[in-house]
Parts: sequence; structure tokens; C-alpha cells
Amino acid sequence: MTTPTLMDYDEALARFEPVLGIETHIELGTASKMFCGCPTGFGAEPNTQVCPVCLGLPGALPVTNHAAIEGIIKIGLALNCDIVEWCRFARKNYFYPDMPKNFQISQYDEPLCVNGYLDVEVEGETYRVEIERVHMEEDTGKSLHVGGTTGRIHGAEFSLVDYNRAGIPLVEIVTRPIVATGDKAPLVARAYATELRELVRSLDVSDVRMEQGSMRCDVNVSLMPRGATEWGTRTETKNVNSLRSVERSVRSEIERQAGVLSDGGRIVQETRHFHEDTGRTTSGRSKEEAQDYRYFPEPDLVPMAPSREWVEEVRASLPELPAARRRRIQKEWGLSDLELRDVVNAGAVDLIEATIARGSDAGAARKWWMNELSRRATEQGVELADLPITPEQVARVQAMITAGELNDKLARKVFEGVLAGEGTPDEVVAARGLKVVSDDGELASVIEQVIADNADVADKIRAGKVAAAGALVGAVMKATRGQADAGRARELILEKLGAS
Amino acid sequence: MDLVKKGATELGELLAAGEASAVEVAEAHLDRIAAVDGQVKAFLHVDREATLAQARKVDERRAAGERLGPLAGVPIAHKDVFTTTDMPTTAGSKILEGWRPPYDATVTARLREAGLVILGKTNMDEFAMGSSTENSAYFTSRNPWDLERIPGGSSGGSSAAVAAYEAPLSTGTDTGGSIRQPAAVTGLVGMKPTYGGSSRYGVIAFASSLDTPGPFARSVLDAALLHEAFSGHDPMDSTSVSEAVPPVVEAARRADVNGLRVGVVKEFAGEGYQPGVTARFDETVELLESLGAKVVEVSCPHFTYALPAYYLIAPSECSSNLARFDAMRYGLRIGDDGSRSAEEVMALTRAEGFGPEVKRRIMLGTYALSSGYYDAYYGKAQQVRTLIKRDFEAAFEQVDVLVSPTTPTTAFPIGERADDPVAMYLADLCTIPANLTGNAAISVPCGLADGLPVGLQIMAPVLGDDRVYRVGAAVERALEDRWGGPLLAQAPELVEAK
Amino acid sequence: MSAITRDEVSHLARLSRLALGDDELDHLAAQLDQIISAVARVQEVAAEDIPPTSHALPLTNVYRADEVRPCLTPEQALAGAPATEGQRFRVPRILDEEA
Repeated sequence: MTTPTLMDYDEALARFEPVLGIETHIELGTASKMFCGCPTGFGAEPNTQVCPVCLGLPGALPVTNHAAIEGIIKIGLALNCDIVEWCRFARKNYFYPDMPKNFQISQYDEPLCVNGYLDVEVEGETYRVEIERVHMEEDTGKSLHVGGTTGRIHGAEFSLVDYNRAGIPLVEIVTRPIVATGDKAPLVARAYATELRELVRSLDVSDVRMEQGSMRCDVNVSLMPRGATEWGTRTETKNVNSLRSVERSVRSEIERQAGVLSDGGRIVQETRHFHEDTGRTTSGRSKEEAQDYRYFPEPDLVPMAPSREWVEEVRASLPELPAARRRRIQKEWGLSDLELRDVVNAGAVDLIEATIARGSDAGAARKWWMNELSRRATEQGVELADLPITPEQVARVQAMITAGELNDKLARKVFEGVLAGEGTPDEVVAARGLKVVSDDGELASVIEQVIADNADVADKIRAGKVAAAGALVGAVMKATRGQADAGRARELILEKLGAS
Repeated sequence: MDLVKKGATELGELLAAGEASAVEVAEAHLDRIAAVDGQVKAFLHVDREATLAQARKVDERRAAGERLGPLAGVPIAHKDVFTTTDMPTTAGSKILEGWRPPYDATVTARLREAGLVILGKTNMDEFAMGSSTENSAYFTSRNPWDLERIPGGSSGGSSAAVAAYEAPLSTGTDTGGSIRQPAAVTGLVGMKPTYGGSSRYGVIAFASSLDTPGPFARSVLDAALLHEAFSGHDPMDSTSVSEAVPPVVEAARRADVNGLRVGVVKEFAGEGYQPGVTARFDETVELLESLGAKVVEVSCPHFTYALPAYYLIAPSECSSNLARFDAMRYGLRIGDDGSRSAEEVMALTRAEGFGPEVKRRIMLGTYALSSGYYDAYYGKAQQVRTLIKRDFEAAFEQVDVLVSPTTPTTAFPIGERADDPVAMYLADLCTIPANLTGNAAISVPCGLADGLPVGLQIMAPVLGDDRVYRVGAAVERALEDRWGGPLLAQAPELVEAK
Repeated sequence: MSAITRDEVSHLARLSRLALGDDELDHLAAQLDQIISAVARVQEVAAEDIPPTSHALPLTNVYRADEVRPCLTPEQALAGAPATEGQRFRVPRILDEEA
């Protein structure tokens, strides 16, 4: 196979308009599976969370998990969808070893939630992504490919299947074609996935962890020449397992398709696979060779007709959604658009809010999480929320600062200690002897020495150049290894030099 | 005391009175099986020791003073379509040969709870597809009235076992007539309860929206007792009805039709109906009238479309239900030589493991559901289902029950229709409408035609199961008075092997 | 004219995962043709405005509570398997990525 020529991204965008579509699968975090009572925990020993139903044993029958239906209705409502008054499950028939019944219980032409939207922001502009449908289905098992190279499917000698994941409730969210995003297409795709993840997380119906597969995106891309009215042939890229990959896969597919089209080739409607390492997609199964899923209404399950009362109850129970929350905190915390974006992108909203709830002021809470703690999270390569420090502890440190017991420099040492596992902030303060020196007597002798050592500066201050006091304060801090109360030191210096 | 000739009600009474033990009753039936099943071939699996162990347990429960139901200690033959943890379950197919399920079907569990003693698993058409057991992957069961004829199907092992006095009771499943037709051609009572009235959990599926477990017995009351023992709501089956089981035992005891309105389905007569069948049916209708029923002719114009609709709906569902038999998790695996792909092994195993009728229906169902044909076939069949429902609704505004012959002919000779699927399908002509709409329907013996049993089908609305028992029992009582005993007493004696 | 072609029958066999020989395909093609012609009668009566019925009874909203129930043991789950390895079902190599 010849390597396709990629077209430079900017040139591709100059010549073509991309159209996107995103299908997202989200595993719900229910206690039991979609149609049986098996648990859903991640990472259990193989085939320990299976029963006749999710193993597809002859004679076994599914019974729908009420909490899963409530979960999808929450998602549907949060995405501004209509919840239909009546719908059915359908069987999607195809053979695959990790699918125990060789059909997936899904929904076909009667999805539970329809006609919604999600607004996402890219570089200050709002894009409305329309949601065509949100439907309920079940997950498949997992195959381990053995032999050949790198555990990939091609060249494997055989496969080993674990059905623990089979039957976990899966919500599929399908967008309408996303148009007119121009060169922002990859960013819009990423922003959509990010916003969707935040939204679902806020509903507390899934842990939405892309790296564990509880949120998975399939990204459709097609190109049409600028000025054209008809959409091009689309490809569907699977295996897009991080937010960054969502962006990269769209960009890569735009470059590839533009290359093929400008070489006079045509785009084949197919499934492609994204490779994290190369940032490129490769061809999977061609959709042209007839997948005929033979959908029909699932006879083992009865139709769902969620009552309007129930839907309204669920609506009333929805928490504050991320967009509304962002508007609120921006106002309450007095943030600029840029500051808000930074806080959101850092995943710091919950942490800051919790810190404020524990008595810290907004500015200080944001400062600690966004600067000192973000820096340390980056150093350690972990998410901010995964640092071994709690909002309560951050609030305690800030309380000590407010009380004059710590200054910022000492506070950083306290954080260092807490993160190193030395205990609570109070324990670290005690163990390391970190206390602000504000005792006038002790300070006075240090100040005397500093004035003596810096006679020229002292003269300037005596002559009225009060601003020069900073240098002396710095010297005092240095001499006390940061433990002095800088404010008090300044007062004493000015007093001593008759400049107050 | 010839225990095997006694019905379930009587056995239950003997057991309750301590005049016989469950072990004695089980032994008598196991001996009968050993003596005649070589000819009848009703059973796929019998395990003498396992059966006696169950019987001992019932005797112990009784000795311990446990309050037991009316059928405790009564033996039963169990269709091989129900999962059983202590016996293999194959659904009559090679693809499941030797499979030991890790769970009991709800019906199986309820039989055990009620203290019924499972004698073994009965032969059936593979995956319940057929009307003769000729589609069993193992062998063809025989009709005790004439061993060269079919015992009906798909539950033909179950009908043969009870008609041959190998068991007083048996279970079946009825998807298009698979209980009623075998009951009719062997001179038994066979009941298809209201869909959802008996649980499908652990019933190896043929067509999910039609499959209904039900009882076989030699009397209407026996059938009602078994019906009551294993029916009722099951939270493991989403299509199970939540209403209480209709009072079927009480209705079977009541056995009167005075003032009841009986509708004769006009469309189920004429060409294709064996004259003897028509004659017995007409006489029985007259009998009902003489018993005080008000008989009217009712037209159900769409019933003749039930058969084609059924042969689209059932294969469509089965093509999907049987997809799970793929050689990956259980059952047969053919051609796994280390080089073939999973896909190839699946296709080889399925080609080898399924018989011709199963393959035919999978192909037909795959066709009916495939893109481009769905609307013309599966879609249309679903619309016909609505029309049949409307016919039933209109009919039941005029009458309390509908009657027809159960099947157009008496038992046909083995081999006669074996490679003529369309002719074979005609056996279900009269039974299918009740499956498509979920109605209750029973077959009771109504006489002989050319020396072979004829069945009367009685149909009632959904959840009107008690009505068909009431009418069936009235017919049974009047006819047995006329015959001087049960119809089955007229069957030739089987020669017992030593 | 026949209702179904030999090629269609061959395609159906692939969709159904049935490795059928030429003889069997020929035989089935003739039988399916006969059956399909017979069942096509449903098209005579089912007018456009008639709603389809997928379930025998009009039940709706049957749910179970989100409660964990006992699973099979891995031994039970794997007992019927043609081949196992490392507490997993061992299956022949899989050609395609998942659909």
C-alpha cells in the first residue's frame, strides 16, 4: 500500500471545509450491569463478574437496570434533549467473539433521548454542537490477542476473552454533523469531548475516565471543497482514548483526506484506527463490504415509557451543570475569561470551591491551587486532584497565613511537607519549626545588625527614600531564613530610621 | 397397584396419604421407561440414581412434616429445552451435546420446589423447530398409538412419554403449537398458557415473543395442577406478567359450560382438514351445545395469514437467538486447527452442529430481517400480528371462548413430510394465532379418526386460562362418560421389554 | 421468477455464519424460494396504516433495582468452554477489529 500524501494543515483548510460527527460511549457507574446483577468494578480478575445473562448462556434473559435508565435520562436532560414517551430496545446483530449473544442489545430507530445540544467554547467563541440522539446499550467483553507482535489483533495466533465488561451499561451520544468550524475543527472536537466529560462527571453517573475506557470517542470526519454544498464521504476513527487524541485525530484525518482528494483520489467510507504513538490513523474494516446489522425490536425486553412525572423528578434532581457553575464562579471569584479558562483546564474548580467552603478566600484558594500546587502536580506528572493534599489542608494553611502565623514562603514549605507525607499542616509546622518571627525584641536585634551592614541604604531611607526599605526587609528575611513577619519588620525599620 | 396408569392427581393423593412413597412411584416409572422407551424413544436422558435421589428427598421432606403441594413426589418428564443443573441440556441439538448448564430454569426450580421428581429430559425437534421430533439431532420419538407415526412436535418426547405411561406429567414449550399439536396427536391434554404466564427464564429460546412453557397430562385437572405449580410472575423474565395465575385448578374442577358462549372459527375448516378430524370436531361442538353452551360461528378473517406471519416472525427471532451458538463459550467446536480464524470456526461449527430445519429457519430469518427486505417481510408480518389481535378482540366481544380442531390431521407417518417444509408447517395452522397474540389455548382429546386421536383446541383471551380449563374439563367429563373412560385407554398396549 | 437468487442465499449463509457447501446451498435456495413465495402472502393484507406488533402483550416499564447479585464462579463460567487459558475463554484468532 502506498503511503498517502498528507496535505499541510493550513493548505487543507484553505481548500476544504471539514464536517465532523462524534459518537461517544460512556459506561455508567451503576452498581450492577445493564441487564443482570453482576457487579461492574474495573480491574477484577477475569470472568469473575459474569452470570448466565451476561455470558449469553442459552435460556438466560435480560432485565433492565432502573438506575441505568435514570442515568441516561439525566444525561439526556443535561444535554437539553427531549425524553421520548415510548421506545424500545433493539437487537444489533453481528458476530464477534467478545459479544456473548452475537447481538448487542441497543436502540435503533427509537432512542430514549433526542434533539439536544451542547454549547462549547473555543478561543472565546461559542459553538453549538447539536445532539441527534442519546441511547442505551450494553458493553462487550474484552479480548487479549496472543502471539504475533505487540498484542495487536493482526498476526495474533489466538485470543483470550474476559466477559467481565460484557453487559456494563453504555450510553451512546451521537452528534448531528458539526459544520462551519473551519480550522477550529480539531479544537471544537476536543472542546466538545471535554465539555461532555465535565457534564457527565457533574451528574455523577460515570467516572468518565478515557484511559480506562469508561468514555470512548469515535470521530467522523469528512471534507468538502470550499464553496461546495454536498458533504464528502466520511471516515470513522475509533480508538480515540484521550482528549488530546480527539484533537489530533481530527487534524490528522483532515490532512490525510485533503492529501487523498488533492491527488485525485476518493475517500473510502471506512473505519479507521487512531494510533497514539504516530498520531496517525490507519484503515480498518471497510464499511462498503456490507455490515447488515438486521436490527429488530428486542423481544426479551418490553418497551420503555418513562412517565412525565418521573422525567420531571429527574430534571429537578439535576445538580448545577458545569456551564452554569462556571458562570457563577466567574462572577463570585471575580475572574477574567482567561483566568476562568485556566482554572477549568487545570481541573481546579472543585478543589478551589471546596477550599473556599473551608474558610479560605477565593483569591488565596485560587492562588495556591493554580500556582504552587499546579506546579508540583506538573512536576510529579499527576492530576491536580490526585495530589496528596486536601482542600481542607490548603484552607488551614491559608488560615495560618491570615492569622500571621505563616507567610507565603513558609506556606510553601508547609505544602512541601504535606505532599511529602509528613502529616497535616499543623504537624509539618510543628515538626519543621516553621513559625513567623514577629516578636519585636528578636526582630529588633536583627534589624540593628542589618542597618549596620547596609549603612548606605539606611542613609537613603533617612533622607526620605522610603521605597528603599524593601532591600532592608529582604535582608531581614534572609537573616531569619524567611521566618520573620515581613510587615512588622518593615514597620520597625522605618520607625528606627525615623521615616515612618 | 399399577402406579404408572394413575394420573398425577391420584398419585398426589396416594403420596399425601402415605399409601405410596415418592421412591416407589419413581421406581415404577423408571421401570416403565426401561421397559418401553426402547420403542417409544421419548427420553434423551434418564438418570435412575439422580431421579431416586430426588424422590428420597421428597419423602424426607414429607417425613419431616413439611407442607407439600398436591404434586409432591409425582414424577415428571422434562423437555430438554429447560436448563437443569443436574442433567445435560441440549435442546435436541448436536451443537449443545453434553452441555451441563450452571443454572436451573425458573420452571425447573419451581418443579423442584413443588416436589416433582424429574425422571429425565425428553426428546424434541432441534431448538423446538418442528412438528414431529424428526428434526431432533438424536432420534425420532414414536407415537404410542402407532409406533410408525410421529408423536407431534416440537415437544414430541414429552407427549410420547405421558401417552406411553412413562410419566404422568411432562413439560413442553409452545411457540406455534408445540404443546397443543403433540397433545392432540397422542390423545393428551396440552396447554399453552397466556404468554408471560409461565417463565421463559432458562428456556433455550426459539422465538422469544412466542415461546410459552406449558403442561402435558392425561387429564385436564392434572394439567391444571402442573400449570399452577410452575406458573406465575418471574422477575428474571421481563415479559412475565405480574397478575396472579388464573384459578385454573378451580376451573378444571368446575367443568361446566352452562351459559358460556362458544365461537367456532369459521376459517379453520374445509380443504386440508382430514374428514375424520372435521367429524370429531363437529360432534364435539354439538356436545358443547347439549351441555348448555351457546354456540355461534365467528369469523376471524386474518387467521389464515397467521401461518405466513409466523414463518417470518419465528425465524427472524430465531436467527438472532441462535447466533450465540458460535463455538466460543460452550458447546461444539469444529475445525479449530490453530490456523483457522474464529469466524471460520464459527461457520464450520454452525454448519455441522445445526440440522437442516434450523439452518433453513436461520437463513429465512436472516433474509426477513436484512436491509431491503425488512419492511416487506418482518415488518408486514408484525402488521399481520396486529390484524390477528384485532380479530381475536372482535371475536371475544361476542364469545367467551373460541374452538377449532387443534391440528388439521391426525398423526402422520414418520418420514411423510420430512423434506417438505411447507407441508410440515401446515400442522400448526390452527394453533399459531394464539401464539402471535399471547392468548391462552388448550388441546383436549375429542375422539379418534381412523384409529388415531383428534384434538379440540379451546382458545381464550389473554389471562383467561381458567376458561379453557373449564370448557376442556366439561368436554372431557362428557366424552369420558360416553367412552367409559379416558381416550388413552383405547390405545394399544405397548409390549414391555424384559 | 424466483424470490431469491443463489447469490443471495450464499450471502445469507455468510451473514448467518454457516459454512455451507454448494450442494447444500442449491438445496436451500430452492426450499427458501418456495417458503418465501408462500410467506409473501403477508403482503396482501397488511396495509400502510396498521401499526406493527412486536410483543405479544402490551407490557411496558419492567425494571430491576440496581442491586448486585451473586455471580457464577469462574469455574462454572468456564466449565462448558471448548478451550480456556488463564481463566479466560480461548478462541481462535480474530480477523477483524470489532465492528
